[in-house]
Amino acid sequence: MTAVTLTERSPGRRGDAFLSVQDLHVSFSTEDGVVKAVNGLSFEVERGTTLGIVGESGSGKSVTNLAILGLHSKEHTEISGEIWYGDTELVGAPGKTLERLRGNRIAMIFQDPLTALSPYHTIGKQISEVYRKHKGASKNESRDRAIEMLQRVGIPNPKVRVDDYPHHFSGGMRQRAMIAMALVCDPDLLIADEPTTALDVTVQAQILDLLKDLQQDFGTSIILITHDLGVVARTAHNVMVMYAGRAVERGTALEVLGTPRHPYAWGLLSSIPRLSSPVDVPLKPVRGTPPSLLNLPSGCPFHPRCDYPQLAGPELCFNDRPELSPETGHGDACYLTLKQKQEIFAKIKENL
Amino acid sequence: MLRFLTRRSIGALFTLLIIAVVTFFMFFAVPGDPARLSCGKVCPPESLVLARHNLGLDHPIFVQFVQWLAGIFVGRDYPTLGHCPAPCLGYSFVNKEPVFAAIVDRLPVTISLTIGSAIIFLVFGVGTGVIAGLRQGKPLDKIASVSSLIGASVQIYFIGTLAVYFLVFQWHVVERPRYVPFTENPLEWAYGLLIPWIVLAVIFTANYTRMTRSTMVEQLSEDFVRTARAKGMSNRTVVLRFALRGTLIPIVTIFGIDLATLIGGAIITETTFSLQGIGRLSIAAVVDSDLPMLMATVVLAAAAIVVFNVIVDALYAVIDPRVRLT
Repeated sequence: MTAVTLTERSPGRRGDAFLSVQDLHVSFSTEDGVVKAVNGLSFEVERGTTLGIVGESGSGKSVTNLAILGLHSKEHTEISGEIWYGDTELVGAPGKTLERLRGNRIAMIFQDPLTALSPYHTIGKQISEVYRKHKGASKNESRDRAIEMLQRVGIPNPKVRVDDYPHHFSGGMRQRAMIAMALVCDPDLLIADEPTTALDVTVQAQILDLLKDLQQDFGTSIILITHDLGVVARTAHNVMVMYAGRAVERGTALEVLGTPRHPYAWGLLSSIPRLSSPVDVPLKPVRGTPPSLLNLPSGCPFHPRCDYPQLAGPELCFNDRPELSPETGHGDACYLTLKQKQEIFAKIKENL
Repeated sequence: MLRFLTRRSIGALFTLLIIAVVTFFMFFAVPGDPARLSCGKVCPPESLVLARHNLGLDHPIFVQFVQWLAGIFVGRDYPTLGHCPAPCLGYSFVNKEPVFAAIVDRLPVTISLTIGSAIIFLVFGVGTGVIAGLRQGKPLDKIASVSSLIGASVQIYFIGTLAVYFLVFQWHVVERPRYVPFTENPLEWAYGLLIPWIVLAVIFTANYTRMTRSTMVEQLSEDFVRTARAKGMSNRTVVLRFALRGTLIPIVTIFGIDLATLIGGAIITETTFSLQGIGRLSIAAVVDSDLPMLMATVVLAAAAIVVFNVIVDALYAVIDPRVRLT
């Protein structure tokens, strides 16, 4: 692939981003109406890096990533926009194309390793069937490969454990097995949907370190979906903050977590406890509740929960939706001026 | 596995013993004198005493029960009818026919009826259930739902009679249902039982369709099914290897119960199609106060239930590795 064809096809792409999502919209038709889960989302993932996607429940994080793999039910879901994986456009791609990519080039690990593995099949079978399907390997080859992968993700005694069922494994081990299953075909992109949420804290750290190690060894890109900013700080190169199906802030991990610019990002940061802060200082959650995706607020979808709409201008936040700017680098979708943001954050920072 | 089977076998025998005891004593609690029935309309007192003696009814009930039970294992001697070798279930009060022989004679009919219709309702019920589950909310699903509701609501003696009327007497598609032993002529066997099989299957299919459909819908939304899709498994693999597996548990459960019930005698079906199976034998036994026959059919039906229960429990462990047999 050459740079020329790249620009012809999709002018928004940059660098060596090999996954590029452009103006993605995902909506579900339900009995209550159309749920607009993702509304015009664009982002890129660069080779060998980790993109952390953070946001509250219902901000469209998981929906976006299920859309990449085409895992939404076709009947109830409306998807528009573009998702480019290399030369392949994934929105509306035929089922066979997606089938060949899933688990092979793009793999996914899920939040709850207790339910995400089939209780009816051995760990080894569940890992090796992916390898057999995509690589055309024989039964023995794929079994050896499964053992190798289990070894790689730190399962002790993999030659024996390969024949165990998921219920013989602890939660952390199951997530390791899940990772082994995802990486068995050496994919370019690993989508990790809250991979540590269901695990206890010590196991969380182990799993995150494992992902980091594997990324270094295999050069896999990772999209890490989480609502835990600590996890992002620990693993992500780039961060995207999502709110109501849109990106409200984007930049490197240092930029977004060190000098956040969007009021929602401030809110997220001030709602996490710090070990160093005194215990009697109450945590400050983001006030209000996430907006209904059936009926999004006018203007900036965050304005009902924002403390600063008056600063930006009398009616601006209520009527017009801010776009993510600047287009590259550290950008945010807010009408406050950069100076205002810096001043406000300097004030908030003292309490963090 | 061995421990499970031993434990369950002992439990099963105990269950059967209790059922036998209860049935035996219940029989005598109900008004009516089998000796008088056996003796005939005009029955002088001395004949009645003789009849009572010949039927073994002149002993206390408890002794009678022990005699009946012992007969199964060691055989039994009757005053007039002579020796009845083990396994002896006694002689019919009505026609003095050996009960064991009657059961052996009738059982193949019932088993044939059961096997044929079970294959049909299992294949069709589960098949339409899977398809309906996959096409949830689509026309095909609605057709399946409505037709299974109709199937579940009709009665065998209704559609059975209709089927015989149209297929046999109006359109001459098949002949009257009859039983030809499988060993004699397998084709005739299937041909003769075709209508009863289909009619019986119509009633049962509905249950399987609805059960399979609802479990299928449930299973398809399981996380591990989504994982299978995310792994790039084909739709067919996802459905057959992952979603259907969990659906098997409820199917096996009701299939076990249904098979056992049918082995115990499809009373209405046998009556509708004039098939001489266990079902009609048991009804006749009740009507005629024929104790030995009644005991045999009741214990047989109970044994079928108990045995299939053990099999179903063992199958759970085969289907779901999380199930432990104890």
